[in-house]
Amino acid sequence: MNKHVMADLSRRKFLIASAAVGGGLMIGYVPTSLARADNDSITSLDAFIRIDRQGKVTIVSPMIEMGHGTYTSLPMLVAEELDVDMANVTVDHAPPSDALYGNPALGNVQVTGASTSVRAFYLPLRKAGAAARAMLVAAAAEKWGMAPDTLKTELGFVVDASGDRRLSYGELADAAAKIPVPADVALKDPSQFRIIGTPAKRLDVKGKVDGSAAFGIDAKVPGMKVATVAASPVFGGKLSSFNEEAVRKTPGVVDVVRLDNAVAVIGDHYWAAKTGLEAAAPVFDEGPHANVTTADVVAALVKASERTGAIAKNEGDAAKVLSAAPRKMEATYEAPFLAHATMEPMNCTVSLSDTGCDVWVGTQIPAICQQVVAKALDLPVDKVRIHNHLLGGGFGRRLEADFVLQAALVAKNLKYPVKVIWSREEDIQHDIYRPYYYDRIAAALDDEGMPVAWSHRIVGSSIFARWAPPLFKDGIDPDAIDGAADMPYAIENFRVEFVREEPPGILTGFWRGVGATHNVYVIESFIDELAAAAKKDPVEYRRALLQKNPRALHVLNRAAEISNWGKPLGPRQGRGVSVQQAFGTYMCQVAEVTVTKTGEVKVDRVFVVLDTGVVVNPDTVVAQMQSGVIFGVTAVLWGEITLDKGRVQQSNFDTYRILRIDEAPKIEVEILKSDAHPGGIGEPGTSGLAPAVLNAVYEATGVRLRKTPIDSELLREA
Amino acid sequence: MIEFTLNGKPTSVDVPEDMPLLWVVRDVLGMYGTKFGCGIAQCGACTLHIDGETQRSCVTPVSEAAGREITTIEGVGAKPSGKAVQDAWLNREVVQCGYCQSGQIMSAVALLEANPAPTDEDIDAGMTGNICRCGTYIRIREAIKEAAKTIEAK
Repeated sequence: MNKHVMADLSRRKFLIASAAVGGGLMIGYVPTSLARADNDSITSLDAFIRIDRQGKVTIVSPMIEMGHGTYTSLPMLVAEELDVDMANVTVDHAPPSDALYGNPALGNVQVTGASTSVRAFYLPLRKAGAAARAMLVAAAAEKWGMAPDTLKTELGFVVDASGDRRLSYGELADAAAKIPVPADVALKDPSQFRIIGTPAKRLDVKGKVDGSAAFGIDAKVPGMKVATVAASPVFGGKLSSFNEEAVRKTPGVVDVVRLDNAVAVIGDHYWAAKTGLEAAAPVFDEGPHANVTTADVVAALVKASERTGAIAKNEGDAAKVLSAAPRKMEATYEAPFLAHATMEPMNCTVSLSDTGCDVWVGTQIPAICQQVVAKALDLPVDKVRIHNHLLGGGFGRRLEADFVLQAALVAKNLKYPVKVIWSREEDIQHDIYRPYYYDRIAAALDDEGMPVAWSHRIVGSSIFARWAPPLFKDGIDPDAIDGAADMPYAIENFRVEFVREEPPGILTGFWRGVGATHNVYVIESFIDELAAAAKKDPVEYRRALLQKNPRALHVLNRAAEISNWGKPLGPRQGRGVSVQQAFGTYMCQVAEVTVTKTGEVKVDRVFVVLDTGVVVNPDTVVAQMQSGVIFGVTAVLWGEITLDKGRVQQSNFDTYRILRIDEAPKIEVEILKSDAHPGGIGEPGTSGLAPAVLNAVYEATGVRLRKTPIDSELLREA
Repeated sequence: MIEFTLNGKPTSVDVPEDMPLLWVVRDVLGMYGTKFGCGIAQCGACTLHIDGETQRSCVTPVSEAAGREITTIEGVGAKPSGKAVQDAWLNREVVQCGYCQSGQIMSAVALLEANPAPTDEDIDAGMTGNICRCGTYIRIREAIKEAAKTIEAK
């Protein structure tokens, strides 16, 4: 999302420690604004680290777990500096609190997204672990009447130099809670890392193989009923009427609730609610967007692309050089609306009582959910309790609170707890979609065919203008330009613009790979076109442009090596390359494809080489590369949400196709050693994939595709 | 009243005959390991076993379960093949978000019960009905092969 707001957590917050409820040590970050409160106040707040009298360590994770491995990588940071065995560490979901769990990379809001978890908490969590260790050592020193610097720690124990005396962290925890928090602690030199950089077993997975893990949809609340909803199929439409008599006659139906834009049917179980909803046959006043089609949206973007946009970056004079250039190239690229299609459909459970409101949900934004529900129900924020759960996929969808708000509004009409579950159809047709982008790009070329000027105009909706308005400044959406304004190639006359054009009624949101997914696709497709026009090898051409970017050059060179770049493939087979620097990670992907006679594309193999700085859990990095690539293959081959008569035409996995095991490419990942600050890994595997595949398709067929998903008709053998 | 065996326990439910088994297991019997993904037998998240064979419980009327043995993710670990698959899943770090994995494991166990030494093609055929949005397919393939070896060794 926005790396410019990245800041050191410790500047705005400082470490505070206290006794934990039931004994033990608790240590965490408290914002400066709460600093004057006495130490006791944090006993009611969950801190980052708790050490109980048995020496069990609990990490209250500021970032949520949606499959990307945070519930392992963040505890690893603490365990490294605290010097404890990972087997002795457990993780708790954090309650909602921007003050305590705000993400320093994302404006100190409690948001898990944009591949920031490790990037943002790499230092703060290590410092917290190191401070706790220092306090445990100091407690032992006091007990033994020795100087702290003569003592050392060994996996959960403080020991003296002779090895004669030994106390466990559990035995020391109460005393450590009385030790002042050190003002400054030394962190380990990376050469001393014992946990960071080694493949740790994930802490969140045991319950995910035996059925005991609780996702939001698995919330169990006494007296709870189950609801399902139908919102207006046209965005912005209102509920007119429904067959209430038929709903109430449906066996198992308990209630029906009318919302402004939707009807909710409540039953003893989902099946009753679903059957009742079918009987409801709701009729909607479809409003002004009743005739919107994808073609309308695209036409508006094309028109908007004639406007000059807000300047995201302007170096030299691209316009002048382009207008005078004897050789230039221009192209336009399109990227469709995309749904997230998390495996767990949207759901939320709400219970209202005299003491406030309880919400059980799996969300990337616990504090925002709390605020949204409080506002909707006119409750003080602290009367709304968010019980976060594991997420059955996030990918940006659970950065939205629309379904949480809706569940709260349903619950407001009921005297019992209700779990609202969306059908898959509701989930696909009422998503908040990845924006449709239309990009115009032009380059002026020298005699060698190398770019001397570059002009990139990005046209699309602004997610930030809706989602976090203060971050939409001077007409620039920092997400829309991510990966474009800071692309890896050095070109002396360089201009990137953003033109905001909102589609009628359709909300757009973050989708895995976010801004870079669209920009890397455009840039890496266009660079490939420039290389082809210059009759140069795509890798050679990129190398020439990366001479001042050693990290990007390194991943490119290594990927070319391990993929046997240049080695001939069979007929209608091709290799394609993409390079990106985004999320603090440098990555090169090489895709190998086969295009059938009928134009179907099979992605056979993908090589991924990345420099993501210091690696915390290498196995998670590999897993995220495999995951990101497969997510990207689905999108480039088939991903597309289209509109007709104001309605989303896709509805379930039969019409919104997802890659299956027999269609999955082989994936080879190589992580380069690096001492740089950790980069993000959740997104870049996806963001570089589409151009690598499209460039491979070009090599296989000679057809240049400037729109995704791939249109097989264009690739059919003549 | 419809009667069946659920993870070895005699069970009876008083629900409409056409109610999908998925919702009987989840919302009536309160066992949440079996997941709802699509409702139209497209994604496999709801996979369980009836008499050892995989069924998409979201489209299986509960009446079809009458008098038969149902196994869900909560019970499959009691079988040696189920345990072997769960262990391989952990050993290979297959899981990411984990939502689809109940269904993946149920399909994998049924595959191995029918075919103790599956080839890549057999794995494709046996597992293509189960979508994983996190893209854990590569590790699913490895874990099935590992589980096959464990089962063979016993």
